[in-house]
Amino acid sequence: MPGALIMAGRSLRLSVRSPDALLTALLLPVMLMVVFVYLFGGAVAIGTSYIEYVVPGVLLLCAVTGASTTAVTVCQDMTGGIIDRFRSLDVPGLVLLAGHVTASLLRNLVSTVLVVAVAVGLGFRPHSDPARLAAALGVLLLFVAAISWLAAAFGLAVSAPEAANGALFFLMFLCYASSALVPVRTMPWWLRGFARHQPATPVTETLRGLLLGQPAGGQLWAALGWCVGILTVSVLLSAVLFGRRTA
Amino acid sequence: MSDELAIEASGLAKSYGTVRVLNGIDLRVPCGSVFALLGPNGAGKTTTVRILATLSRADGGRARVAGFDVARDRHQVRRRISLTGQFAALDAAQTGEENLRMIARLAGLPRAAARRRAAELLEQFELTQAVGRRVGTYSGGLRRRLDLAAGLAGHPSVIFLDEPSAGLDPQGRLITWQVIAGLAASGVTVFLTTQYLEEADRLAGQIAVLNGGVVVAEGTAAELKRRVAAQRLDLTCPTAGAFGQVSQILADRVVHLDPAALTVGVATDGSAAQVRALLDEADPGRDLIASFAVRGATLDDVFFALTGGARCPAR
Repeated sequence: MPGALIMAGRSLRLSVRSPDALLTALLLPVMLMVVFVYLFGGAVAIGTSYIEYVVPGVLLLCAVTGASTTAVTVCQDMTGGIIDRFRSLDVPGLVLLAGHVTASLLRNLVSTVLVVAVAVGLGFRPHSDPARLAAALGVLLLFVAAISWLAAAFGLAVSAPEAANGALFFLMFLCYASSALVPVRTMPWWLRGFARHQPATPVTETLRGLLLGQPAGGQLWAALGWCVGILTVSVLLSAVLFGRRTA
Repeated sequence: MSDELAIEASGLAKSYGTVRVLNGIDLRVPCGSVFALLGPNGAGKTTTVRILATLSRADGGRARVAGFDVARDRHQVRRRISLTGQFAALDAAQTGEENLRMIARLAGLPRAAARRRAAELLEQFELTQAVGRRVGTYSGGLRRRLDLAAGLAGHPSVIFLDEPSAGLDPQGRLITWQVIAGLAASGVTVFLTTQYLEEADRLAGQIAVLNGGVVVAEGTAAELKRRVAAQRLDLTCPTAGAFGQVSQILADRVVHLDPAALTVGVATDGSAAQVRALLDEADPGRDLIASFAVRGATLDDVFFALTGGARCPAR
């Protein structure tokens, strides 16, 4: 569909030209990595080297950081004059949003490569093979797509780009309260139930399994289920919110 | 419905919550003409444009644009129109050329044709010096011009312009007017909204005056002017008593009343003979009027005359 390609090209061009968004997307994940490995890493004793444990988690944090920008860019489009132009040109709402999500996926691809490169520089060594690496990347990108659509729906629901920024904090919390950075068993009992049964934990565990050569089977289905579920609900929700917003 | 009409609306109504914005509007705009919807802020101009451009749905009534129903055949209508709203619909982080190319592509032009069209429009709107610059660095006038150019990217047959000269300096306004006049000459139908009588007068063949969600007058500029003289004679009285007497003598010819300034305004053509006659008539004893001034009619006067005393809420 040419419309989707044009919109994706536009979103990508806009993200490359927005220095603060680019900085958030590329530099923040690397900084988070350094913070967790060097600042908190020393205090976390989990039996294996912490960098091996935390890299999959940082990849997840990096994904939500990059994907949450989608909420802001979508909200900017909806509150500016350009949405009327797109609508009078008969660009369907979902095509416009798909452009933002595509740009988000490509941004995240770049930041993921960057984070992995820095991780390898810091001593991270994946125990994996090309097929499992590809599978890990696939799961991560599916997660990014799901979270980007969720952020897009959030961007449609709020009335100002400043408020759209809040998407990041909700998504960050989801990562913190999961097995991304510390094992769930070290958490207080009342948090463990939530931490085990929310999307960030199975996605992290799947990445961990695929990158470190451990079995990931059980968590893989949970991870895929969550991602596909979030994706489906978010796309439908976005369609409804877009319709309501432009009624 | 006739093929000769680019826009045809009957009984358009729209409410937001309990506020009735449009209260049954009828419009007929012939193909290839320039039509102005004149009215103050809050009259319902933007709502009308949004309904005709398929961006809002009317609660009542129906409208056809370029031969298609705006509610049932939205997609057909959208293929034939463009809308340039009050706020620049451009990406600040893209250059003028990139914006035009993107819009031309979205309007259905293939890649190479979109590039040619963008170059063509930049030339036509004298934007070539700003081609490579991001729109974020443009002045208000330049941005407006690019916005108007963007509206033409897909060769629309009906163009909607919502307050095309809002926020422009006099020079920018003049350039915009030239552009709109050029559009009219190229055969497309232009539907514009404005708060300025002068703008409607300069550009439009047909004018509809909108106030409080209803069309209070319709006609050519000349017809409207016959109903509302182009100029106003303001008579300032020395005392409140004199003010009362003068208003009584002129009665239903009064188009402006300012009790605080003790000023009574009547329509005039500005000729010495008519001003002299009016002064004699309003002040037979030569003691009721202290001073007078002849000024151009404002939108306020138009509304005063057309709505029988309803004040223009914009002022």
